[in-house]
Amino acid sequence: MIDDETLERIETLAGLRLSPQQREKMRQDLSRILAYFQKLQEVPTDSVQPFDPLAGQTNAWREDVPRPSLPRDQALANAPATREGHFFVPPVFEE
Amino acid sequence: MDLNERPVHELLELLAQGAIRLEEVLADLEAAIRARDQEVHAYLALAEQEELLRDAYAKSQTLLRGLPIAVKGNICTLEFPTTCGSRLLEQYRSPYEATAVRRWKEAGGTVGGITNLDEFAMGSSTEHSAFGPTRNPWDLGRVPGGSSGGSAAAVAAGTALAALGSDTGGSVRQPAALCGVVGLRPTYGLVSRFGLVSFASSLDIIGTLTRDVRDAALLLSIIAGGDPQDSTSLPVPVQDYTSQLRPDIRGLTVGVPKEYVPGQLGAEALALVDRWKAVVEELGGRVEEITLPLTEYALPTYYLVASAEASANLARYDGVRYTLRGVGRGAAEMIAASRTLGFGPEVKRRIMLGTYALSAGFFARYYGKAQKVRTLIAQEFTQAFTRVDFILGATAPSPAFRVGEKVDPLAMYLSDIFTLPSALAALPAVSIPGGKVGGLPFGLQLIGPRLSEARLLSWALALEEALS
Repeated sequence: MIDDETLERIETLAGLRLSPQQREKMRQDLSRILAYFQKLQEVPTDSVQPFDPLAGQTNAWREDVPRPSLPRDQALANAPATREGHFFVPPVFEE
Repeated sequence: MDLNERPVHELLELLAQGAIRLEEVLADLEAAIRARDQEVHAYLALAEQEELLRDAYAKSQTLLRGLPIAVKGNICTLEFPTTCGSRLLEQYRSPYEATAVRRWKEAGGTVGGITNLDEFAMGSSTEHSAFGPTRNPWDLGRVPGGSSGGSAAAVAAGTALAALGSDTGGSVRQPAALCGVVGLRPTYGLVSRFGLVSFASSLDIIGTLTRDVRDAALLLSIIAGGDPQDSTSLPVPVQDYTSQLRPDIRGLTVGVPKEYVPGQLGAEALALVDRWKAVVEELGGRVEEITLPLTEYALPTYYLVASAEASANLARYDGVRYTLRGVGRGAAEMIAASRTLGFGPEVKRRIMLGTYALSAGFFARYYGKAQKVRTLIAQEFTQAFTRVDFILGATAPSPAFRVGEKVDPLAMYLSDIFTLPSALAALPAVSIPGGKVGGLPFGLQLIGPRLSEARLLSWALALEEALS
């Protein structure tokens, strides 16, 4: 069972806020899912490397030549708030 | 004339012969959409008919002659919002288009509309869309599968000629199986992920939903191939898969893993699997019972890998760049408020699960462990392919289930049990209609070695011809 402290820490890391009801449901769901996932510990993996989906392919370089990038107005077009050609965000540090 | 019910390759032939006209195809499609899409709800957005016609005319002398496909709502287009089935991206319009879409358009195709999906492609029923569920055209009380449920349902309902979807753990193949169409998941990296909204980057791939195997080959020929915009795309030259189709399995060995045909499938499905095996032998192939004992670990492996990668990928939705912003004092509160407001319950569950699996003290136990088990699962396939040419089994453990039937997340996850292992191993796989169970479509899945698409589609074509 995931305790309150852990759940709160994960919520903060995930950038989510749950209501007390949602938090209880989330605790139950995650606890059950993680208990089921304990199954994985049965598999011995001592000398096994993590999976590489590209089967050893490395260094996919692109030509190192300058090319036009996304124009600023298009890059900002989906932003909920902009000011003077920049993304506008609330203060990150309190005074 | 019901031209909307014909496969793309057949329409191209009829158009080339001058036997039909493009506007007849578009008119039949439009009529089908009007008649059926309100109840099926496969589409999130549709092209204006006039625009489609104008675009089609301009392209009438090209390879694809202006024929439209439907595109899943997590694949970027310039013409439509890319909502990913999420409130968070309801207003989002991509400033660029996916390479797969661009290649389809450059070959003379058009985009007829955007299809519904589980939010951010997380789900197996298309019930987790913020814009309402899609229904299965075979039985409106049932789900079309997911997460590419809108694409599968549109092809099945005759409201799209073919469609693009995305497959992370089965999201093309499982809905194809439940809707009675053909669903192809290519080898990881064969199709560029540029413009496919990231869910789990080591698993995501664009796939196709089509009326038959020949159309799968046709679409793949157009969208596949290396792309400088996606450094994880494989440097494979563009090739014509259609001309490589040889529907012949004489002398081949077909492995049937006992884990893919468990007793719980039920008598009717098991009888169908026996029929598939008999068909393989009638066609001159040899059936070999095999075992893939790590199959039972695929589900926890997949959900740990996919959720962990999703929690990182979805960190970009911070209320700054992507349309929706919640109210909060200071940046941290604003970010949390935006995400809390925008994401639905299943997405939140996966972000929480993934964040937990990646957090300090748990990384090695969960994500690290899962990536190692994944290596073993891939090795198990490699070993199997030294003895068999391809693997055959059921695509999903049951035909389409009822809307609202699976409320328990684990029960929902289990509907991908046969599609997860090959996705984890980065292998190509295709689901074709295998017959009916309880009057509903039931999918047959073929899995091949890496980059075996030309052969895999040939084998699928042989079975498709024999089963139809």
